[in-house]
Amino acid sequence: MKFLNFIKSFLLIDFIKAYLLAQKYFFKKKATINYPFEKGKLSPRFRGEHALRRYPSGEERCIGCKLCEAVCPAQAITIETEPRDDGTRRTTRYDIDMVKCIYCGLCEESCPVDAIVQGPNFEFTTETRKELYYTKDKLLENGDRWETVIAENLEADAKYR
Amino acid sequence: MNVLQSNFFELITIIFYCILIFVPLLVGVVLALYADRKIWAAVQKRRGPNVVGPFGLFQVPADGLKFIFKEIILPDSADKTVFLIAPIITLALSIAAWAVIPVQAGVVLANINVGILYIFAISSLGVYGILMAGWASNSKYPFFGALRSAAQMVSYEVSIGFVIVTVLMCVGSLNLSEIVLAQKNIWFFIPLFPMFIVFFISALAETNRPPFDLPEAESELVAGYQTEYSGMPFVLFLFGEYINILLMCAMTTILFLGGWLPPIDVYPLNAIPGFVWFILKVTLVFYMFAMVKAFVPRYRYDQLMRLGWKVFLPLSLLAVVFTSSILFFFKLAPGMS
Repeated sequence: MKFLNFIKSFLLIDFIKAYLLAQKYFFKKKATINYPFEKGKLSPRFRGEHALRRYPSGEERCIGCKLCEAVCPAQAITIETEPRDDGTRRTTRYDIDMVKCIYCGLCEESCPVDAIVQGPNFEFTTETRKELYYTKDKLLENGDRWETVIAENLEADAKYR
Repeated sequence: MNVLQSNFFELITIIFYCILIFVPLLVGVVLALYADRKIWAAVQKRRGPNVVGPFGLFQVPADGLKFIFKEIILPDSADKTVFLIAPIITLALSIAAWAVIPVQAGVVLANINVGILYIFAISSLGVYGILMAGWASNSKYPFFGALRSAAQMVSYEVSIGFVIVTVLMCVGSLNLSEIVLAQKNIWFFIPLFPMFIVFFISALAETNRPPFDLPEAESELVAGYQTEYSGMPFVLFLFGEYINILLMCAMTTILFLGGWLPPIDVYPLNAIPGFVWFILKVTLVFYMFAMVKAFVPRYRYDQLMRLGWKVFLPLSLLAVVFTSSILFFFKLAPGMS
């Protein structure tokens, strides 16, 4: 056995094998993608940037139940509510601190009317910390911008929920 | 006046020839750095540099520019003169060795008849640059890196020396052009195959390439003797290192792969100019250098020393004895028949 090992190391057999393996991998398909130009596939369940959705009529979905605020483990959500003129309860303030947020998806899970959702966008870096304190306006704007994608994703994922 | 004029003319020609060597060498180093990164990336299924310029070809010049415009940091406790001289020595020595490399029949700056001794001497001096860098930095990691580098280069130079002796016995001349011409019938890597392997591995160790890159092992010594360097001196080190690597590739080509000679001396092949063959062969050897970096893990320090002194030294000594006896008994040695 010792002699065999000696022959093996003397003839560099391990190195030749390693070379052939490396040469095989040399021609294989690349595992990396050209990120900013091509992007990887995202699951419909992906938990990215938050958005507040509206009904097709334009009415906002959120009814100010504060379930998301209660369930949020990082306490990143702050909500204040007041009855509106037509008697329904609506939020006057809906803030998410994106710096505190841990992107666990519990807010989305707890929402009875599918108002707060986490969309597929993960490229929302900002230059200042201030811009990461999302207000209701910003969240509603996100909802308007991503509505088609979010609706598709929710539908694709609905049968597994 | 006449003497002065002719001397001046000679000086201009020499400077012109120097530039003729230096500029392709710099281009070669840039391409080598690029190829090194690309090959390494390909083996790991990565893409490597591909954003700056076509196929990322301008990545290395861009890096170079970045280094040039960066501040040169001189550590407080460093010996500043030696600290700055060290990279200059490394670069100058590695370029100086290229003066005797023949790229084609008759195309060589200095066709001296002890070419191989000259290269051997120059590459031995190369260790001084690294030692000075390690010592002048006055810091522990560079110091350890320099110590390791010195021990490593000295150990592997011995076996490289014996390998060169076996080749020289088959040629009967120290002139690099004649070494190439002696391989007209058969390239030396076929009859001297074990020596070719020993030379290749020793060349890896001599140029501090992985798997023998202990002097600059990131996981142990930060960056070895380069730790305290930044900006331009760092670039000088980098270029010196890669020019040395190319030199070792060229040496392998000249000693074992028939230099500028075509593989077979038939019409379409021998019509191609010699330097093309030379560059092709150097590229092939460099490709192997880069591949080895990708698939061999780094040696431990004692393994490195064991390989150098207990395996390669006896092996190459045996080869010298064996080759010389064969050459003697079969009357094959040059000038014996």
